Amino acid sequence: MSSSEKKVDCARRNLVFASAAVGGVATVATAVPFLASMAPSERAKAAGAPVEADISKLAPGEMMRVEWRGKPVWILHRTKEMLETLKKTDALVADPASKRPMQPDYIKGDSRSIKPEYLVVVGICTHLGCSPTDKFQKGAESGIASDWPGGFLCPCHGSTFDLSGRVYKNKPAPDNLEVPPHYYLSDMRILIGEDKKA
Amino acid sequence: MSSTNFEKYKSDGSLAGNVLEWVDARFPLTANWKGHLSEYYAPKNFNFWYFFGSLALLVLVMQIVTGIFLVMHYKPDASLNAAGVPVAFASVEYIMRDVPWGWLIRYMHATGASAFFVVVYLHMFRAMLYGSYRKPRELLWIFGVFIYLCLMAEAFAGYLLPWGQMSFWGAQVILNLFSAIPFVGDDLALWIRGDYVIADATLNRMFAFHVIAIPLALIGLVAAHILALHEVGSNNPDGIEIKAKKDEKGIPLDGIPFHPYYTVKDIVGVVVFLMVFSIIVFFAPEMGGYFLEFNNFIPADPLVTPPHIAPVWYFTPFYSILRANTVNFFWIDAKLWGVIFMGLGVMILFFLPWLDRSPAKSIRYRGPIYKGALAVFVVAFVILGYLGMQAPTPAYTLVSQICTVIYFLFFLLMPWYTRIDKCKPEPERVTQ
Amino acid sequence: MRMTMLKKFLIAALFVPLAVLASEGVKLDRAPDRSTDQAALQNGAKLFVNNCLNCHGASFIRYNRLKDIGLTEQQIKDNLMFTAEKIGEPMGISMSRKDAKEFFGAWPPDLSLIARSRASESGSGADWLYTYLRGFYRDETRPTGWNNIAFPSVGMPHVLWELQGEQVMGAEHKLTLARPGKLSSKEFDDAVGDLVAFMVWMGEPQAQFRKQLGVAVLLFLGVFFIVAYAMKRAFWKDIH
Repeated sequence: MSSSEKKVDCARRNLVFASAAVGGVATVATAVPFLASMAPSERAKAAGAPVEADISKLAPGEMMRVEWRGKPVWILHRTKEMLETLKKTDALVADPASKRPMQPDYIKGDSRSIKPEYLVVVGICTHLGCSPTDKFQKGAESGIASDWPGGFLCPCHGSTFDLSGRVYKNKPAPDNLEVPPHYYLSDMRILIGEDKKA
Repeated sequence: MSSTNFEKYKSDGSLAGNVLEWVDARFPLTANWKGHLSEYYAPKNFNFWYFFGSLALLVLVMQIVTGIFLVMHYKPDASLNAAGVPVAFASVEYIMRDVPWGWLIRYMHATGASAFFVVVYLHMFRAMLYGSYRKPRELLWIFGVFIYLCLMAEAFAGYLLPWGQMSFWGAQVILNLFSAIPFVGDDLALWIRGDYVIADATLNRMFAFHVIAIPLALIGLVAAHILALHEVGSNNPDGIEIKAKKDEKGIPLDGIPFHPYYTVKDIVGVVVFLMVFSIIVFFAPEMGGYFLEFNNFIPADPLVTPPHIAPVWYFTPFYSILRANTVNFFWIDAKLWGVIFMGLGVMILFFLPWLDRSPAKSIRYRGPIYKGALAVFVVAFVILGYLGMQAPTPAYTLVSQICTVIYFLFFLLMPWYTRIDKCKPEPERVTQ
Repeated sequence: MRMTMLKKFLIAALFVPLAVLASEGVKLDRAPDRSTDQAALQNGAKLFVNNCLNCHGASFIRYNRLKDIGLTEQQIKDNLMFTAEKIGEPMGISMSRKDAKEFFGAWPPDLSLIARSRASESGSGADWLYTYLRGFYRDETRPTGWNNIAFPSVGMPHVLWELQGEQVMGAEHKLTLARPGKLSSKEFDDAVGDLVAFMVWMGEPQAQFRKQLGVAVLLFLGVFFIVAYAMKRAFWKDIH
């Protein structure tokens, strides 16, 4: 191959690489809007916007439900008695210190809440997605066991949770109930779905 | 490609080579690569008019991709939502505003529809310039006319989907044409509409046609079109057959392998096309009301007729022919004549390969009669297109009647004037 | 011989469209272009919410989209949200279409796209709206007592009459101000300019971004063209 032919070949190869590079950029740049169009739309985001809950009428021992992003969120006004049971269930639950990431950073301790009197959890069992039923009656009346301290029972596969939403050991559900991001707008109003801005 | 036998690939020992050899033993991979690309010999004198085939393929792919992403959000439902707006119309505005980048995908699809017709009309014109429909390419041309028909049906169905005023009333006018057919007309129109008037049933079936039925037909026809082309080889601006002069290896003397020469050249064509396309999408997506009609930003209202109903620009030449028929002849009323002539106007394209009797294929070697005829035909077609967008007046109707006559005479008199035309001798080898 | 006649015919044919461009329809005033003036758009938003949203909906625009014209969420919530609770909701009215038709006689159309739909050969949609909103005049023969030069026999009353005052139709189809309103003629035109600019924005909120992106895309394609063309030339050297 003569040197001028080599030059032509070089020129061709370089230009093919250059075109391929520019073409590659064009392809990626074009793909971005199409793939992004599959992300949640403004309508989905609006429907998934944070929900305000008014807890002024929630009596001790009572639970209310609100809907956030199509999921049930429970707000349970826990009595002193209910909070006492948490020390006992410490030994019975799989993740007593809530080490696994089922709650925001500001949720700490046994009570798994910002204010101990109010438990805010997503009412969906962490096994396969059924909604557990509340079993606040202690003992045999609940139909679970004579030493049942009160909590939640999932009817689908039998997972049980204590009054902080922590899952009992050796149950099908692997995790504690999820605590959604939330904060107190005032003493009697909780905004569910958003962390408090610093 | 014909029945040329290509050797199977033999690996060079590398991993890629081994995989390729494995595939090639089980699938005609390298045979197709060679037959359609690297050893498909195309004439070396392709000019500007030869870009539009590959551009048409590009636009088809673009419409399919943008279409897929639009269908993720569009809802074909004519009922009113809580705000009193038809759901289909609202879903288009949802795409424009609430879906991330939805506006870009919508504008690309709408511009692409018009771009498709610009490209296809220029592609067809190339065939008329160089006689690309002549033997042995008659079947290629016929597949092409079928593609054109499918494209018109596809555009018609697609235009109904935004469910704006023009969507609704344009469809109303065109579907009413079917009722002009004697005896079966009304039942036929009722069957097509699926309801007594254009309604949700009509919208949903047009959605089915637009999204799946016609695209499948189009893809099949485009494949057939390309296979038919590769079977006989491409024509060229000189209209001579390059296969007539081959070298000792059987390669046409005036042929060059499609890949890399025309792949590289077509990439340039694509980039220029995308520049024009982008100017429209980003700076003038409405195109003065020709690509996105103003009236279509008003939701469809069966009780309010817009003052001026016109089809989209690419249909207007045939719409003009339809409206030019104003006289009741024999026992057939003008409306039916209009439908007949509009249909004939498209169907006559099928016969072009047999109407043209010129000894020369390309306009370069034809006589002055054909050149004049083609020029007059183009002017008449453009005038018909323009008039189709206007409200009819007596003067316009007369002009459209004259242009309709010119349109049909171009084809009907062709066997005569192409025979008496004084052609120049065609060259032996292609010229640049 | 034939060619010159053909040329003449072609050239004559080109003039056909010009002959038709004699203007049809109402002569429209030109609306000022305030598409990049955020202060004007914000003022227009205020006028829109206070005057138009009582009867008309704008169901394709969400309140949080107003952040694009420089308003904060708090400003939107405090000044502009009367019928909605959440900022992600669309700007609609609470009346159903059926009730609105009964109440008003005709359904006041949704205004999200009004600026795009009113364009014509006579002018842009903005021009039509600008002429319309300043073109009301007293007409005792109409049930509302008002008529309009851009939209004859319109069913809408002159909502902004307190600001503009009352116009009457005089000789030669010209409007004159019979009774002045709270704003001077120039002030009213200015306010309407802002309102129209807002309605144009509502028609396509991402219009400015679209144009900016277009410039970037074309510059990129220019570079692509240079590289692709050089590659073509490199390969085609053998052929020429």
